[in-house]
Amino acid sequence: MSLRIVVTVKYVPDATGDRHFAEDLTVDRDDVDGLLSELDEYAVEQALQIKEAADGDAEITVLTVGPEDANDALRKALSMGADKAVHVEDDDLHGTDALGTSLVLAKALEHVGYDLVISGMASTDGGMGVVPAMLAERLGVPQVTLLSEVKVEDGKVTGRRDGDAASEQLEAALPAVVSVTDQSGEARYPSFKGIMAAKKKPVESLDLSDLGIDADEVGLEGSWTTVDEAAERPARTAGTIVKDEGEGGKQLAEFLASQKFI
Amino acid sequence: MAEVLVYVDHVDGAVRKPTLELLTLARRIGEPVAVHLGAGADTAAATLAEYGAVKVLAADAAEFADYLVAPKVDALEAAYRAVSPAAVLVPSSAEGKEIAARLAVRIGSGIITDAVDLEAGDEGPVATQSVFAAAFTTKSRVTKGTPVITVKPNSAAPEAAPAAGTVEQLAVSFGEKSTGTKVVSRTPRESTGRPELTEAAIVVSGGRGVNGAENFPVIEALADSLGAAVGASRAAVDAGWYPHTNQVGQTGKSVSPQLYIAAGISGAIQHRAGMQTSKTIVAINKDAEAPIFELVDYGVVGDLFAVVPQLTDEIKSRKG
Ligand SMILES: Cc1cc2nc3c(=O)[nH]c(=O)nc-3n(C[C@H](O)[C@H](O)[C@H](O)COP(=O)(O)OP(=O)(O)OC[C@H]3O[C@@H](n4cnc5c(N)ncnc54)[C@H](O)[C@@H]3O)c2cc1C
Ligand SMILES: Cc1cc2nc3c(=O)[nH]c(=O)nc-3n(C[C@H](O)[C@H](O)[C@H](O)COP(=O)(O)OP(=O)(O)OC[C@H]3O[C@@H](n4cnc5c(N)ncnc54)[C@H](O)[C@@H]3O)c2cc1C
Repeated sequence: MSLRIVVTVKYVPDATGDRHFAEDLTVDRDDVDGLLSELDEYAVEQALQIKEAADGDAEITVLTVGPEDANDALRKALSMGADKAVHVEDDDLHGTDALGTSLVLAKALEHVGYDLVISGMASTDGGMGVVPAMLAERLGVPQVTLLSEVKVEDGKVTGRRDGDAASEQLEAALPAVVSVTDQSGEARYPSFKGIMAAKKKPVESLDLSDLGIDADEVGLEGSWTTVDEAAERPARTAGTIVKDEGEGGKQLAEFLASQKFI
Repeated sequence: MAEVLVYVDHVDGAVRKPTLELLTLARRIGEPVAVHLGAGADTAAATLAEYGAVKVLAADAAEFADYLVAPKVDALEAAYRAVSPAAVLVPSSAEGKEIAARLAVRIGSGIITDAVDLEAGDEGPVATQSVFAAAFTTKSRVTKGTPVITVKPNSAAPEAAPAAGTVEQLAVSFGEKSTGTKVVSRTPRESTGRPELTEAAIVVSGGRGVNGAENFPVIEALADSLGAAVGASRAAVDAGWYPHTNQVGQTGKSVSPQLYIAAGISGAIQHRAGMQTSKTIVAINKDAEAPIFELVDYGVVGDLFAVVPQLTDEIKSRKG
């Protein structure tokens, strides 16, 4: 049977835009353009490479939990080459935290069916880097995360995890949850053909009731966490800037000494 | 007084500095109980006690090294069941966040990651986070279950507060599902003899402006004159000039030292995400318009190959 790969992708506000919070202290998604979290492109890329290595004997589904516009993120992934998409969308999801998001994703993964889940290393907005581990925990399958190299063969996933203290070679039987880093290999650009083909690829839409989730388990109300305050960091007071006229290093040393660093 | 679990990050019993910071923060909320997994608990206990651990729950088993993450979650869960703590604090390393995440799911608790400060509050601990590449500061709380909070290195100055630090063995049984991901081999990183990037008081980073691996010794020499760690931008890492473990930024390490020196780095948002909470920021860049200058306390517009060596020499001569 062909390998069922599901890539989890998040729709995020553009990091180069002026990101801020809405009145309810959730991310303001109205004033900044949204896009597919760049780090999830690496996950889509690895899924495509695994499919290619299996001579095409795999089906890639991209899955997102997010607002209506998150459809853009799905389209991008489809235009890169994924086969189909699943969009979990429900007004009651507004303000869901990591525990809630992982609950919804886990239910959706069970609904879709999977042999291999591939996630990004972290989103570019929340950036917690926790959802893949939570998915493995919820699904009761091996966690093979933060890989900079990944391979699937004979019902097993193997890969290299570059940690702080050591580089580890990991191995687990499928089904499993994998996450890949931005060291795993540049993501491809969608081709014109890919973009056209994506328009015809199926996008399934699911809401909470389809997944058997109660509204009070998710959203702002159902959150396990709350944000009490969000304040813009005061602008740093303008520093001293000097032009090097031959003494720049010495002037800098003088500054460091005045701050007691030397 | 309520107990607070502190997950110990150590190398064979040598406790790493972020754990001492966690013990210090834990004391604001309750009595720290340390959880030490792997070898060296007796060695670690002395240090943990010095920084306020009333108890050290210790477990050693081959599973911790042979399988990824999940066995450590089993142990931390066992400690949680034994203690019924007011909060669980874990260092914000990549692995620490994964351990905390799985524990939170298991015990049905909320999680806050990458806290940069922690205070006691009427409704439980209040965590400060620095978000959107440090453009915003938020205060958050866990509202369901026992707060699980990961704390970034350099979030507090470790303060000694001697306590008993009695070592107790923690009984852990490993679930079948916890041994699913085998660590087939492990290649330890070679030590550079320099401070750990995330823990260092001073970080000196080089970017694309360094223009080649062969020039990085210029950055290293400055770092060594200050006893600093060496960082690099992604451009420098992607070019193969410096190891990825030294990358500072969104997809590298997040650092918060007393002093950050950026040489030949433009200051892209993803780089800022990893260094903007540094106390004092200094940059050397030949382009006066480089965005990094918006962040600096002191900036030198000039060629790093002239400025950095002069600075290094001056530091050396001042230090005698
Ligand atoms: C600034 C900020 C701070 C936050 N702090 C907290 C906090 O401390 N505690 C908390 O519980 N919540 C927090 N949240 C909310 C949290 O970010 C979201 O609930 C989010 O969906 C999960 O966390 P993440 O985006 O950090 O995911 P990460 O764990 O960083 O994401 C890793 C991978 O999981 C997958 N993934 C994540 N979200 C989705 C999704 N919606 N759809 C599909 N795939 C997905 C992607 O593959 C992604 O690459 C915060 C949000 C923001 C914007
Ligand atoms: C999803 C994602 C994640 C990312 N994560 C990270 C990350 O973790 N860390 C990171 O750093 N980047 C990250 N980036 C990349 C980031 O966007 C920038 O491309 C990168 O930081 C640029 O590195 P740089 O400043 O060294 O290079 P450049 O932007 O090319 O800047 C080089 C600077 O050096 C100066 N210069 C050149 N020669 C000299 C000289 N002789 N003397 C003095 N100055 C000189 C130039 O004026 C210029 O300002 C990420 C990007 C994406 C999309």
